[in-house]
Amino acid sequence: MTIHQLSIFIENRSGTLIKVLDALKEANIQIIASTIADTADYGIYRLICSEPMRACDELKRAGVAVALSEVFVIAIDNEPGRAADAVKAFSQADIDITYMYSFLNENRGLLIFRTNDNERAQQIITANNMQIISEEALQSLV
Amino acid sequence: MDNTETLRQPHSSLTGGAGGGSSYFNPSFETMSREQIEALQLERLQKTVRHCMNNEFYRKKFAEAGITPDDIKTLADVRKLPFTTKQDLRDTYPFGMACVPLRDCVRLHSSSGTTGNPTVILHTQKDLDEWANQVARNLWMVGLRPDDVFQNSSGYGMFTGGLGFQYGAEKLGMLTVPAAAGNSLRQIKFIKDFGTTAIHAVPSYVTRLYEVMKEEGVDPRRDTKLKVLCIGAEPHSEEQRRRIEEMMGVKAYNSFGMSEMCGPGVGFECPEQNGMHFWEDYYIVEIVDPETLEPVPDGEIGELVLTTLCREAMPLLRYRTRDLTRVLGRSCPCGRNHIRLDRMRGRSDDMMVLRGVNIFPIQIEKILMQFPELASNYLITLTTDEENDNMTVEVELAQPTDDFKQLLDLEHEIRRRLKDEILLTPIVKLVAKGSLPVSEGKAVRVVDKRKVYQ
Ligand SMILES: [Zn+2]
Repeated sequence: MTIHQLSIFIENRSGTLIKVLDALKEANIQIIASTIADTADYGIYRLICSEPMRACDELKRAGVAVALSEVFVIAIDNEPGRAADAVKAFSQADIDITYMYSFLNENRGLLIFRTNDNERAQQIITANNMQIISEEALQSLV
Repeated sequence: MDNTETLRQPHSSLTGGAGGGSSYFNPSFETMSREQIEALQLERLQKTVRHCMNNEFYRKKFAEAGITPDDIKTLADVRKLPFTTKQDLRDTYPFGMACVPLRDCVRLHSSSGTTGNPTVILHTQKDLDEWANQVARNLWMVGLRPDDVFQNSSGYGMFTGGLGFQYGAEKLGMLTVPAAAGNSLRQIKFIKDFGTTAIHAVPSYVTRLYEVMKEEGVDPRRDTKLKVLCIGAEPHSEEQRRRIEEMMGVKAYNSFGMSEMCGPGVGFECPEQNGMHFWEDYYIVEIVDPETLEPVPDGEIGELVLTTLCREAMPLLRYRTRDLTRVLGRSCPCGRNHIRLDRMRGRSDDMMVLRGVNIFPIQIEKILMQFPELASNYLITLTTDEENDNMTVEVELAQPTDDFKQLLDLEHEIRRRLKDEILLTPIVKLVAKGSLPVSEGKAVRVVDKRKVYQ
């Protein structure tokens, strides 16, 4: 059970991030979590937001280069070592985590990550009784 | 037979028979044997050289070279004639190279002069008719007929791609839409509403048009009646052409023209798409070494030199075009024996010299177009840091991605393949689609910001 994340290619020059955020504001889209990974010349701005499909269309209309991708969100207890436990489970199963970011919500941690094998990642999540967050559940945070 | 039918018959004074159901617009000229072509060329060359004696500039040039029209006895004697250059046109601006009185001229095209004087090309009514005939011949050659609807999405005004194609398409008998360049939404509306079957535009504009079609949900295969694209005026690679054909779902034919000769129509691809036929009943084609000015053997790259054979107002003898190309052959499965030249490598003026290496923008384009991950728009910037020249290649991504590694691998692979091609490693910058400047006319591909030391 994955959720939709928007991935936006942005060049490292002034104004590019504002263009994205303004378009989302115009469309009344709320950002739930986001992260930017960057090199010297460009970055990928990844974000989880309300109404991801509509957000994607609105961004395209505003001339923003955006892709939809599938990521997992799991909830972990808010105490030291829980993220390590989760990541270990995947690494022991030889599943690569391509990237990960996280945020706190009501005293629990939410881990957002992408894997190289979603099917097997889903099996590991189920086998380890991890608490997976659905798109609907996430949208209710808005 | 009504008038319309008569008007649709090809021009006959110089150019012979009618198109009708034929695959040729000027059958008797297009299907000449080499012997017939060369005999006609000699006759027309002698006439042209005599005609040049009406002009002071040419009289002086002939005297300096120690020749008279009587010295042109064989076709090879064309090499006794002095070359002409763009500088000659500038020096004689505006009317110094006219070979007829101004009152006999009906049209003037001028090119903007970024360096020195602009240039002026004059036309008599017959020059315009012959020009239109060449364009019509080309359009007929790629399968267009009076039933077709031709949309000319090329700049008008002084740029000869506008009026040149307009008159040619009309001469063929097509319904011709002078849409001019730009305003893509309106272009697409015209294509749909008028049932446009053929478009003429510069290659970078076709790409732009396709992008807008995609944004508007218009599928050229499903929603238009397009069957032919005529592209030219901008040097482009075979890879770029294939890409355009794939986008639009129709054949794209390359063409060559230059305002000094008349404009578009001088050379055009036939359905074989194996080089452009240059019309030798209108021009003598020479390929010379740009340094020694001696002819190069067939198949070797050199500078294209053209002599006009039918121009009245401003014949040009051995005009150095600065365009680099090579001879591919003098026969063709299409039945035309007019010389076939390879697509232009770019102009010798476009050549970049970086750290002693000669590079043409087209070489860069050829590599970039091999990557499906990349869009068609790119920009080459040359800079100097310390003493070194650097090249930065910015290219738009076709699709955004969530995968960083893919981007880094892509950058790396582009750099590697560019290095194989141009022998030095440029800085490669991936940019978002739509972030490079879009030109509605000829695309600007190179920005040279280097300091000049001389
Ligand atoms: Zn041919």
